[in-house]
Amino acid sequence: MTHRMKSNIGLILTYAILMVMVVVTLFPIVWTIGASLNPGTSLFSTQLIPEKASFTQYQYLLTDPNSQYLTWYKNSLKISFYTAVFSVLLTSITAYAFSRFQFIGRRYTLMAFLVLQMFPSLMAMVAFYVLLNMVGLLDSHWGLILIYLGGQIPFNAWLMKGYMDTIPRGLDEAARIDGANHLTVFFRIILPLCTPIIAVVFLFNFMAPMMDFLLPQIVLTSPENKTLAVGLFDMIRDRFGQNYTRFAAGSVMVALPIAAVYLALQRYFISGLTSGATKG
Amino acid sequence: MEPHRQPATIRKRKWNATKTAVLLSVLSMGLGQWYNRQWIKGSLFLILQFSYVVVFYDIFNMGLWGIVTLGEKPFRDNSILLMAEGLIAIFLILFGLLFYGLNIRDAYQVGRLREQGLRSPGIWASFRAVTDKGFPYLILFPSFLFLVFVVIYPLLFMMLIAFTNYDLYHSPPAKLVDWVGVDNFTALFQLDLWRNSFVNVFSWTVVWTLVATTVQFALGLILAVLINQKRVRGKRFFRTVLILPWAVPPFITIITWAALFNDDFGFINQMLSTLGIGAIPWLTDAFWTKAALLLIQFWLGFPFNMALCTGVLQSISSEMYEAAEVDGASAFDQFRSITLPMVLYATAPLLIVQYAGNFNNFNVIYLFNQGGPAVPESTAGGSDILISWVYKLMFDISKFNYAAAISIIIAIIVMSLAAYQFTRTRSFKEEDMIQ
Repeated sequence: MTHRMKSNIGLILTYAILMVMVVVTLFPIVWTIGASLNPGTSLFSTQLIPEKASFTQYQYLLTDPNSQYLTWYKNSLKISFYTAVFSVLLTSITAYAFSRFQFIGRRYTLMAFLVLQMFPSLMAMVAFYVLLNMVGLLDSHWGLILIYLGGQIPFNAWLMKGYMDTIPRGLDEAARIDGANHLTVFFRIILPLCTPIIAVVFLFNFMAPMMDFLLPQIVLTSPENKTLAVGLFDMIRDRFGQNYTRFAAGSVMVALPIAAVYLALQRYFISGLTSGATKG
Repeated sequence: MEPHRQPATIRKRKWNATKTAVLLSVLSMGLGQWYNRQWIKGSLFLILQFSYVVVFYDIFNMGLWGIVTLGEKPFRDNSILLMAEGLIAIFLILFGLLFYGLNIRDAYQVGRLREQGLRSPGIWASFRAVTDKGFPYLILFPSFLFLVFVVIYPLLFMMLIAFTNYDLYHSPPAKLVDWVGVDNFTALFQLDLWRNSFVNVFSWTVVWTLVATTVQFALGLILAVLINQKRVRGKRFFRTVLILPWAVPPFITIITWAALFNDDFGFINQMLSTLGIGAIPWLTDAFWTKAALLLIQFWLGFPFNMALCTGVLQSISSEMYEAAEVDGASAFDQFRSITLPMVLYATAPLLIVQYAGNFNNFNVIYLFNQGGPAVPESTAGGSDILISWVYKLMFDISKFNYAAAISIIIAIIVMSLAAYQFTRTRSFKEEDMIQ
């Protein structure tokens, strides 16, 4: 077998593997879209390519007075937006401290950050419930936002610190010689240079509350406060087969915008993650 | 030391001034500062101290009593709330002690300055010193506060619950909860029923973590390498499509997979029967549920790793491969001695995070089959990992004490392994050198 033949076989094999993976990847996604176009609501009659495709399920979710889909959507967007904005503020100033200052316990705090982040959050549910109950924030979106904010600090501060470390120190030292104080350096020099990683942290923290269903399910008790994930899960929890197509339609409307944003920004996610990881 | 001063007098004055200042500030915050003629700062410390005690007095009093006794009368005292208050009281006291310590240190330092014949710094100079030298502490304070209440407080809370008898039969407000020492831990390991459940769930958790994480990483790496080959066309297409499972919210895709794996009318069994293979009990047989869960997790986990590895691959200089080729290294040799070490070096911390993540991967287990199928005479289902078992113990049968004890075991395992691994990865060791 010549070298050339061998490498051609390798190439064919490569394409074969990649195509199989493409099919496996797309299948459940295409199937969900197909299911959402089925006129009936049950899983049993669901077809991949429905004979009588219709937007009945979408119509129900968006317009029927019994459907609270839009309320859930609004709640989720609100929680996600505030979580993302405040986490960027909180995280960037924390990362700045770790990246630019030497202080007692710096190295071990950083390490504790990473380890604490692996603490299983499920353990905390009862504690959060009691804490929010004590301060009167149970069944409130702000209680949820505060918990998300605290929980995201370790990982994201670590990620952002990794990025800040790559910004040359010469820049802030020069500014300091010109008389800038710590805060000026932070706002005028460091932050503008961190835009890519800020975008990453913003998006991670925008997406996370969108996808979380455990904490909101425990903290938010009244129906009008539910988030998308909780609402959709409740829809099929009791009668799995019965509401499937409706769930599928709701899912498509959540997944499409999220996937679009991810795909558009994947380059930044990757460069942010890799630089954060290696330099962390 | 300046030679023209007279050592004897200096020593005497130093001893007096510093000691007096320190003693006074130990007596009460602010007195030392007054003695040092720092009137404004001293008054601020004094006001802080009084308001702190006045505002939080009730919490201190009630909380400390509560955490020791966990309440004395049912309906009046809610043991769990008392425990939470007790923890918060302890946090507040520690915060207070921190400031108290700062106050003593400050009195000491200013006392020293005074003996060297220097004047005490004015309020403006003190303020500047705090915002300049103490700057990192100041800006870390908000994050610190959040971490204390959102990460450390729940951790301690659950640790305390593990040493109580908080379950369905001891649940406030109708009943009180009591401290029981290490009873829960011994019960977990001594009662046959619980020990068997624990051993089963634990071993599946370990297998699950190792297999799911390793395969999802290997798959991601292989795909990244395949796509990265020079001759492969349509790189953009493959990368975009294969990243989709990462881009779609997992709670949606997991439920979709549950529908596809449905025993009776799921697509996968329909397809299998068309192929002449009988239906497989994906949701009703523990073995097949585990198999399905692994397949789903591979699907969910490979895109992130592929993206990550692609990023690393693109940063490896092609000169290395060219040199290897000149030396006659095969494609596999190149992969083994250039690609793999470089990728592992760069991704090690995130790989560890993924191992820990799968160890606690509640979502995929719970959303797929609620940890089922049910196992007779066991509180854990056939595919439950530790974390989903904890959920069942808490929310299905209110066995909070056992849930907490198991959680502590999980936390100890994950955190110590992770801490050990992190200190060993080169990127952590060289943290200060890379900059």
